[in-house]
Amino acid sequence: MDASQPARKDRSIPLWRDERYLRIFGQIVFLVILFVFLGILVRNMLANLQQQGLSLGFDFMKITAGFDIGEHLIPYDRSHTYLDAFLVGLLNTVLVSILGIIFATILGIIFGLARLSNNILVQSLARVFIEFLRNIPLLVLLIFLYIGVFLQFPRIKQAIELPGPTLISNRGIAIPWGIPTEVYGTYLRMLAGAAILACLVGFGLSWYGRRTGRSTLAWFWGFITFLIAAAIGWIALPISPLSLDQPAVQGLRVAGGRSLSPEFMALLLGLVVYTSAFIADVVRAGIQSVSRGQIEAAKSLGLSSLRIMQLVVLPQALRVIVPPLTSQYLNLTKNTSLAVAIGYPELFHVSGTVLNQSGRAVEVIALVMAIYLTISLITSAFMNWYNRRVRLVER
Amino acid sequence: MGTNITPLANPLPPPTERYSLLGWMHKNLFSSWYNTLLTIITLGLIYAILKPMLNWFLIQADWEVIQVNIRLLMVGQYPQEQIWRIWLCLYLLAAIAGLSWGVWVRGRWFAGLVLLAVPVLISLFPAFSNVSRQQPLILDLIALTSFGIGWVRGKPMRRVAVTLWLLYFPLVILIVRGLAFAEIWMPIVSSSLWGGLLLTFLLTIAGISFSFPLGVMLALGRRSSLPAIRWVSITYIEVIRGVPLVTILFMASVMVPLFLSSGTPPDRVLRAMLGITLFTSAYMAENVRGGLQAIPHGQYEAAQALGLSGFQTMFYIILPQALRLVIPVLLGLFIALFKDTSLVATIGLLELLGISRSILAQPQYVSFQKEVFIFISLIYWVVCYFMSYGSQRLEKSLGVGER
Repeated sequence: MDASQPARKDRSIPLWRDERYLRIFGQIVFLVILFVFLGILVRNMLANLQQQGLSLGFDFMKITAGFDIGEHLIPYDRSHTYLDAFLVGLLNTVLVSILGIIFATILGIIFGLARLSNNILVQSLARVFIEFLRNIPLLVLLIFLYIGVFLQFPRIKQAIELPGPTLISNRGIAIPWGIPTEVYGTYLRMLAGAAILACLVGFGLSWYGRRTGRSTLAWFWGFITFLIAAAIGWIALPISPLSLDQPAVQGLRVAGGRSLSPEFMALLLGLVVYTSAFIADVVRAGIQSVSRGQIEAAKSLGLSSLRIMQLVVLPQALRVIVPPLTSQYLNLTKNTSLAVAIGYPELFHVSGTVLNQSGRAVEVIALVMAIYLTISLITSAFMNWYNRRVRLVER
Repeated sequence: MGTNITPLANPLPPPTERYSLLGWMHKNLFSSWYNTLLTIITLGLIYAILKPMLNWFLIQADWEVIQVNIRLLMVGQYPQEQIWRIWLCLYLLAAIAGLSWGVWVRGRWFAGLVLLAVPVLISLFPAFSNVSRQQPLILDLIALTSFGIGWVRGKPMRRVAVTLWLLYFPLVILIVRGLAFAEIWMPIVSSSLWGGLLLTFLLTIAGISFSFPLGVMLALGRRSSLPAIRWVSITYIEVIRGVPLVTILFMASVMVPLFLSSGTPPDRVLRAMLGITLFTSAYMAENVRGGLQAIPHGQYEAAQALGLSGFQTMFYIILPQALRLVIPVLLGLFIALFKDTSLVATIGLLELLGISRSILAQPQYVSFQKEVFIFISLIYWVVCYFMSYGSQRLEKSLGVGER
C-alpha cells in the first residue's frame, strides 16, 4: 500500500505541471528554436550563394593556387594547389607558435624572476617593461616593429655586419646555416641512436633514484649523454655532416646562409616580448604563492638555494603557474593570426589570399576556424596532461 | 612585588626600519658582489636604452604630423559642425564621474585633483593646440558641480548614479549616431564617418554592453541542469575561445551579408560590433561563471528554504552577489577589449590604428611612422594603465579578495 502511495500522487499531477516533463519539453522547445534560427541562416546563405552562382564544397582545394608564398617549409610554388597553400600556411603558423612559445617562456621567466629581485634597479626595470607591454595592443606593437624597426634597417648594400657573420638589412636578417652533406643521413641515424642511449640512461638513473631514494638528476645526465654521443658521432664521421654556409652580399641580394624575413622577425619578436610580459606576471604570482615559511624551513634544513628552488619552490609554484600559462600559450598561438597585418604568410594570411582568389568565403572561413580550434584543443590537451603530472606532486 | 606585570596601555609600535641614503643603497643595490654586478649591468642597459630614446624624443622627433591630423586621430571624419555632440558625451561622462566620486569616494582629494587636472594638462600638449582651450575648464566645472550634488545629497543619489552609468553607454551611441526624428539639431551621422579614438571607444562600449546580457545568459546556461542548454552553451563558449578574434571579425564582415536574406547588408561598423560582441560574450560568460561559482551553496539553500523559485533565487539572490564579485574582472575584460578593437583595422575600419595607417599612407607623412605609432601607443597605454589601476582599487574597495 505504502509503495503505491507516491505513484498515485505522481499521477494526480497534470502533465503540464510535472517538472520532469516540463524540463524535457523546455529543452525540446529550446533546440527547435535554435535549429530553426540556424536553418534560416543556412537557407539564406545557400540562396545567396546560388544567386552568385556558387555552391558549397571543398572541391576547389584541388585547383592550382597560382600565387607565390614567400616563405615555405615544404616545397611550394604557384603551380601547387590551394590545399598545399593551406599546408604551407599552417606549417608557418606552427613554426612561429612553437618558436614563440619557447622564447616567450624563457624571456617571461627571466622577467618574472627579475621582478622579484632584491636589486631595486633590476626590479623596477622589469616592472616598467612589463607595465609598458601589457597595456598596448599587440597589433600596434607588431606594426611598429615591422615598419618602424625591421624595415628601417639599411639597404642590402650597406647591410650591418655582425660577427658570425650575420647580415642585417631591410630585407631581413641573414644568419649562417648548415647545409647537409652526403653523410647527413648517416648522422641523423647516429642521433637517433644517441637519443635512445640517452633515454636508457635517463630511465635507468631515475629507476635507480626511485629505488635508493637518492636524487640522481636523471634527465640532466640523459641530456649530457646525448650531447656526448652526438659530439662523438660528429667527430667520428670522415667529413662533417653539415657544411657551414655563410651569408654574403651579392649585388642586390644576400646569397647563402639562411635569410629570416623582416615579417617573420617582426612577428616573432612582437609575439615573444608581448607574451613574455604576461608570462612574467604568471611566474611572479606562482613563485609568490609559495609561502616564505617554506623557504625559511628549507634554508634551516641546510639546502642550497638551487636545491630550494628545485625541491621546494618550483614543484609548488608550478601548480599555480601551469593553468594560466596554458592560456598564455593559447593566446600566443591565436595571436599569430595578427601576422595578416604585416604580411607574414601564416595560415590566416594565406587563407585570406585563397578567399579573395576563389571567392569561397564560407568554406575557407570554416576551415580556418576548424584548424585554429584543433590547434587550441591540442595545445590545451597537452598542457592539461602536463598539469595533471605536476599535480601528482600534491599529497 | 615585581611579579605582576601590567600590560602597557599604549604599546609602542615596532621600530620602523630607517636607513640613510647610503644604507638604502647598500641594501637594495650593493648587498653582495653579484648584486653589485647586476646593478652595474642594469645601469649600462638603462643608459643604452634611454640615451637614444631621449635623443630622439627631444631632438629628432617632429610632432607636426600629430598636430595637423589630431582631429582625424580623435574623431575620424566626424563632421566638424557636429563635434559638439562628442563634447556633450564627454560632459555627461564628467557629470556622472563627478557624481559617483561625490557619492562613493568622497575623500581622496589628491587623486580627485589629479583627475581634474588631466583634461587641462592634455589640452596643454602642443599636439592639441587646435582644440579649444575652454572645453577642459567646462568639463572640470561640470564635474565639480555634480561632485557637489553627490556630496550634499549623499546616499539617495546612489541609485541615480548607477542608473546613469547604465544609461550612459546606450546614450553615447545614440548621441553620436543621431536621432531620426530630430533631424534639425541632431542629424544622423553615418557610421562610415566615425573613426579614430571615438570609434575605438564606441566599439569597446558596444562590445561590453551588448555582450554583458549574452554572457550572463551563457554563464547561466553553462551551469544549467538541462543538458541541451548546457551543451549548447559549452560548445559556443569553447568554440569562440578557441579561435582568434580576427577570424571572427572576418566572418562577421564576409559572412553576415550572406546570412541575411536580402536587401542592404548592415554597415561595416555594425558588423564589426557584432563580431566583437559574439567574441566577447564567450569570455564574459567565463568571467561571470567564475563569479557564480564563488557564491557559497548555503545561499541557494537559504533561498530555497524561504520558498523562492529557481528564477527568483537566481535574480534576487545569486546574480546580484555574483555580478558584484566580477566587476573588477569586467574592467579587465574592458581593457582587453579596448586593446583588441585595434584588430578591426584588418577589416578596413578606421579606428585609432586604422586611421593612423591611412594617415601614414599619404606620401607627405610616410617618414613619420615612429611619431604616429608612439603617439597612439601612448593613448592606448594611458587608457589601459589607468583602467587597470582603477580595477585594482575597485577590487580593494569591494573587498573581493577577502571573501
